[in-house]
Amino acid sequence: MAENDGQVDGEDDVVLAELNDADLVAQMHDDLYDGLADEIAEGTNILLQRDWEPYKVLTEALVEGMRIVGIDFRDGILFVPEVLQSANAMKAGMAILRPLLAESGAPRMGKIVIGTVKGDIHDIGKNLVGMMMEGAGFEVIDIGINNDVDAYLTALDEHQPDILGMSALLTTTMPYMKVVVEALKEKGIRNDYIVLVGGAPLNEEFADNVGADAYCRDAAISVEIAKEFMSKRQGSAAAVGMAAQ
Amino acid sequence: MNGPASILLIGCGALAREIIWAIEKNNWGHMELTCLPADLHNRPQHIPDAIRAKIRAAKATGKYSDIFAVYGDCGTGGLLDKVLEEEGVARIGGAHCYEFYAGSTVFEAMAEEELGSLYLTDYLVRFFDRLIIKGLGLDRFPHLRVDYFGHYKRVVYLSQKADNGLLEQAKAAARRLDLEFVHRPTGIGGIEMFLKSFPVRASEEGSERVLQEA
Ligand code: B12
Repeated sequence: MAENDGQVDGEDDVVLAELNDADLVAQMHDDLYDGLADEIAEGTNILLQRDWEPYKVLTEALVEGMRIVGIDFRDGILFVPEVLQSANAMKAGMAILRPLLAESGAPRMGKIVIGTVKGDIHDIGKNLVGMMMEGAGFEVIDIGINNDVDAYLTALDEHQPDILGMSALLTTTMPYMKVVVEALKEKGIRNDYIVLVGGAPLNEEFADNVGADAYCRDAAISVEIAKEFMSKRQGSAAAVGMAAQ
Repeated sequence: MNGPASILLIGCGALAREIIWAIEKNNWGHMELTCLPADLHNRPQHIPDAIRAKIRAAKATGKYSDIFAVYGDCGTGGLLDKVLEEEGVARIGGAHCYEFYAGSTVFEAMAEEELGSLYLTDYLVRFFDRLIIKGLGLDRFPHLRVDYFGHYKRVVYLSQKADNGLLEQAKAAARRLDLEFVHRPTGIGGIEMFLKSFPVRASEEGSERVLQEA
């Protein structure tokens, strides 16, 4: 195998540029799994040089790789540190693709405002969901941690998203989701948004109780549920449009 | 006269030392302790079933007049309390051990003062390397410190025992995470108060007494 500049030549040493497209994509899935940010950036650039559409690079190389990571995390094969490593590798690819995606008219699925609730500063799960939503073509407005009702309302008003996403990892902070939903109801804007909630201590029953539209167990399911709601919503918007004609 | 019947305490492994200390300090010879593995902490979804199994096994022995859980909700999202209610077992109040060590009001005030606080107990200080450094993968990936602790400002050491060795270790832990250090001694009063709050049934039917009077 050819010398890879600066790297020790070992049997695992792969020169990405020498791989055909299919092998390169498979290698990128491995590199994402192993959390190798530099390799992901390099692979992303190579595919772009080979005239791949940015959206195709995103979905086939990055999102698909993270989907595999997500499955092994769910099944207890990978743990939080490995997932963070993978997420950071994906970020390296996204940083290259993001400006290109905006230019190339990639499909837009919808817009989501996402944030962790008041009193809680756990954000790993929220960040992962944000990243996978972006990967799926959603515009993601991440309002960070420790958000009170005002912070959510301000963000909704400013960004007019389709979806509001709330995250909580503490038993003590999860009830705050209800406070936010009640505030939306009070303002008469609850039904303007799809409300998705997540975080390890939550469950479906809890999501029902707080008046959310759905509980999302992990990032992959979050994306699926978000897409489902968006298509229903677009369906009903179209129906309303037709009725008005 | 018959002594009080045995009471079984089901605790988290991370609290074992402190519960035994409370038992010894108060001469609660009628209390027995059994623990679930401390590492369930990071897989709290398994706690309710594990506790139910312990409770059922204990009930089957017919040995205990009462069973108490020395456990926080620990991120089960209320599912632990559901199981305990079904089984008729009381639990110490609090969402997690940091809360019942410090007391709810004090804990809330600390969070209010600085939300970006990582709480350490004697147990966590003792096993800091294994649980925090290795557990979060910071030994292999030191740069993840920012992903984990980017929003944190300080370590708050809630100490149970006055121990200078542990205090120094706790300070070193804060330095390692590049966070400020605050020390708030709590003792084990929270656990003691919980265990004292129940009437102890004597093994002979009908005779009951309250532990404080013992
Ligand atoms: C990693 C972690 C931490 C890290 C957090 C780093 C960070 N930047 O977020 C650190 C070590 C800093 C930390 C600190 C604390 N933690 Co913590 N932490 C965890 C742990 C182990 C994993 C959480 C995690 O990140 N999982 C990985 C992600 C990918 O999964 P996730 O968050 O569930 O998210 C997924 C889904 O839930 C869903 N999802 C999540 N959010 C959303 C939002 C939307 C909109 C959607 C659609 C989906 C979605 O999709 C995500 C991706 O798959 C959990 C235990 C556990 N297993 O859950 C405890 C846990 C949550 N922590 C806990 C505690 C108590 C604390 C501390 C108080 C401990 C302390 N010693 O101080 C502090 C918090 C202090 C504070 N001031 O608030 C408790 C909570 C107990 C309770 N009763 O609520 C837990 C359960 C551990 C325990 N049993 O003690 N913690």
